[in-house]
Amino acid sequence: MAVLTEEQTMLRDMAREWADNEAPVSAFRKMRDAAPAAGYDAATWAAQAEMGWTGILVPEAQGGAGMGYVSLGLVLEQLGRNLVASPLASIAAATSAILLGGSDAQKAQWLPRIAAGEVIATLAIDEGPRFDPAKIETRVEDGRLSGTKTFVPEGDSAQLFVVAATDGLHLVSGDTTVTRAPRHLTDSRSHAQVTFDQAPAEALGGGAALIGQVADRAAAAAAAEMLGMAESAFAQTNDYLKTRVQFGQVLASFQALQHRMAKMFTELELCRSAVEGALEAIDSGRANVAQEVSLAKAVANETLHLVSREMVQLHGGIGMTDEHDAGFYLKRARVLETQWGNAAWHRDRFARLNGY
Amino acid sequence: MATAPDIDAPANPLDSFRAEVRAWLTANFPPSLKGKDNAMSAVEGPHTNSPEEDAWQTAMGEKGWGVPTWPKEYGGGGLSRAEARVLQEEMQRAGAWNPIGGMGVMMFGPTLLEYGTEEQKREHIPAIAKGTVRWCQGYSEPGAGSDLASLQTFAADAGDHYVVNGQKTWTSGGQWADKCFMLVRTDKAKKHEGITFLLCDMDTPGVEVRPIRLISGSSPFCETFFTDVKVPKANRVGAEGEGWTIGKRLLQHERSSLSGGGSAAGRMFAGASLGQIAKRYVGVDGEGRLADADLRSRIARHEMDLRSFMLTLRRASLEAKSNQGPSAATSIMKNVGARIMQERSELLIEIRGFAGLGWDGEGFEEDALKDVRTWLFGKAVSIYGGSTEIQNNVIAKRILGMLDHQ
Ligand SMILES: Cc1cc2nc3c(=O)[nH]c(=O)nc-3n(C[C@H](O)[C@H](O)[C@H](O)COP(=O)(O)OP(=O)(O)OC[C@H]3O[C@@H](n4cnc5c(N)ncnc54)[C@H](O)[C@@H]3O)c2cc1C
Repeated sequence: MAVLTEEQTMLRDMAREWADNEAPVSAFRKMRDAAPAAGYDAATWAAQAEMGWTGILVPEAQGGAGMGYVSLGLVLEQLGRNLVASPLASIAAATSAILLGGSDAQKAQWLPRIAAGEVIATLAIDEGPRFDPAKIETRVEDGRLSGTKTFVPEGDSAQLFVVAATDGLHLVSGDTTVTRAPRHLTDSRSHAQVTFDQAPAEALGGGAALIGQVADRAAAAAAAEMLGMAESAFAQTNDYLKTRVQFGQVLASFQALQHRMAKMFTELELCRSAVEGALEAIDSGRANVAQEVSLAKAVANETLHLVSREMVQLHGGIGMTDEHDAGFYLKRARVLETQWGNAAWHRDRFARLNGY
Repeated sequence: MATAPDIDAPANPLDSFRAEVRAWLTANFPPSLKGKDNAMSAVEGPHTNSPEEDAWQTAMGEKGWGVPTWPKEYGGGGLSRAEARVLQEEMQRAGAWNPIGGMGVMMFGPTLLEYGTEEQKREHIPAIAKGTVRWCQGYSEPGAGSDLASLQTFAADAGDHYVVNGQKTWTSGGQWADKCFMLVRTDKAKKHEGITFLLCDMDTPGVEVRPIRLISGSSPFCETFFTDVKVPKANRVGAEGEGWTIGKRLLQHERSSLSGGGSAAGRMFAGASLGQIAKRYVGVDGEGRLADADLRSRIARHEMDLRSFMLTLRRASLEAKSNQGPSAATSIMKNVGARIMQERSELLIEIRGFAGLGWDGEGFEEDALKDVRTWLFGKAVSIYGGSTEIQNNVIAKRILGMLDHQ
């Protein structure tokens, strides 16, 4: 565990308590069954905004708390543990773009509203089914942006899009010429295809390089959520093995299972270090952010992949049923693995960054 | 999957049999059904047959070729293994498939042929061979999964019948089944020796099924409740207390069929290769290779696993020609088959990216949506029919002679 400030410890504990009590997995199940178009429950979201989480990255001058990515990660981890359907990660990605590339005027226009929880914002990079920031065809001419973005998280409800075009990132208001087509993925969250046709766009500074920097921050946020998911899936499995009796003994007494749990526990520890390392690298502005993020996302992908599979397998038949939560972790895991670069993508980049 | 040429059978009799099969298929297999096998029906429940499908099932059922090696007197095909292989080759050539299947064919039939009385065989086998009666398996209970012998459903002796009370769970196809083969307890004092094998009509008063939804969204199985259900003693297979032996034998048949020994694996892995699908979604480099080297190497590893599995299946079937029935090696096969199938699904999901994670609605190819459900349902193949862990225990103890920790 990273060394946390008192403020961070409070934030984490508050987030954990809230998610465990007010937004446990049963709340996600309710949301899934009700299937609101936005892909999250409005009241649950209002409570998150109320607690100020939308302002974690926003500087105090613009009405936020200016706490940084480690703090954001702490909250996302708690949300991940409980599979809370929340647009917070998308908003954080969009916020990062404005913080890194926004003019003073753009910051003044958007950040206070984001911090106040008034705006659902999101990041739109991909134009195909796989993360590929090198393949962008969306163009901006005379301040008008045209192109189609696929599987945009929170695309169904976003009021502000940070859109990647050939020359960099642009802000596009959701009120303008935007066509949204919902795409229902296994995780029951919002992922819309969004088409921009001559939409009025405002460029952010930083050019095409900014796309990678922002995608890294989005990937780090996803990794934090995944860490929380893996932790919780692991803990639930561990608890189950201690109670389920077969052959006159609890399953936890079988060495074959003990060693598998021990392996997962080990992987989880490595995963935590990698994820915290990436978040810290971002906060302290280190030069190797890209490398640390690729490490974190690749490791988080592999760890959650393993734990989510084992959660189903080790629960046996009950884990295969919809009434059990194991399937939710499995289904969300593959979506997050795909988002902002899968393990193969990040391993490849890690190798390139290291010169081989 | 290519079938091995038959080395030791005399050529001439098989040639004439081959000609006979060819002619029969031409006369009876509706060309409109070519390659239209509904491989998912076992998972998603029966669909309504078209008139062509009905005709095809009737023809195969009457010929007994759905269960080609079962004895003729009970409605089977009465074919030798070599002849059955010829039949399979010719069916494959014609794009034909076997319309007769299910648990009756896979596990209950072979077991009843071995342990049933003459009356029981005459009563049940022909209907299985024709595909007119569906069977389900009443083994698992909430407290008895891997540890099947701790089952509690009790059959009390009431003279010429038993009165059955208890709960079964995960009964695959319970809501569509006509009959159930089940393990019940007839003696509470003994564990394994207190178990008896019974056959129960699903419409007997007191049998109630409640479908359970799976993570894949479908509900192919049920909780099954038995309340004062009368089962005639004539429906007992084997002696009272002999159920464990018979039940385990049935599990061997289940495992060998789940290992993909039949055409299931061939079907599962048929179609476009992973490499080709990946090229479509990921693209190629300057030399025409899959652009993602990491993925490329993992697909190659998977394909190599798959090929060694297929070669092992073939070797085992050649070796088994002299042996009787499935061997302990079926445990290995079931585990490898499950692993490969699950890996394939995971790779397909990864290759397609978000396009491979669609749940329903707009924007997804039909194949991709199907593969998502297969991916999720496929997580069960390492759980049911004896989980991977339980098979590994069997391998360690029975094949490797290691000690029982419990
Ligand atoms: C889709 C599906 C269909 C099914 N269809 C049928 C059916 O038609 N009829 C029927 O009777 N049953 C059916 N089953 C039940 C199936 O056989 C059981 O689920 C299976 O035997 C496992 O039992 P369990 O679910 O109680 O898991 P448990 O026995 O509780 O096992 C939980 C986990 O612990 C592991 N484990 C258990 N014991 C040991 C040990 N000694 N050493 C190491 N690991 C161990 C298991 O492998 C598993 O990973 C079906 C199950 C599924 C999922």
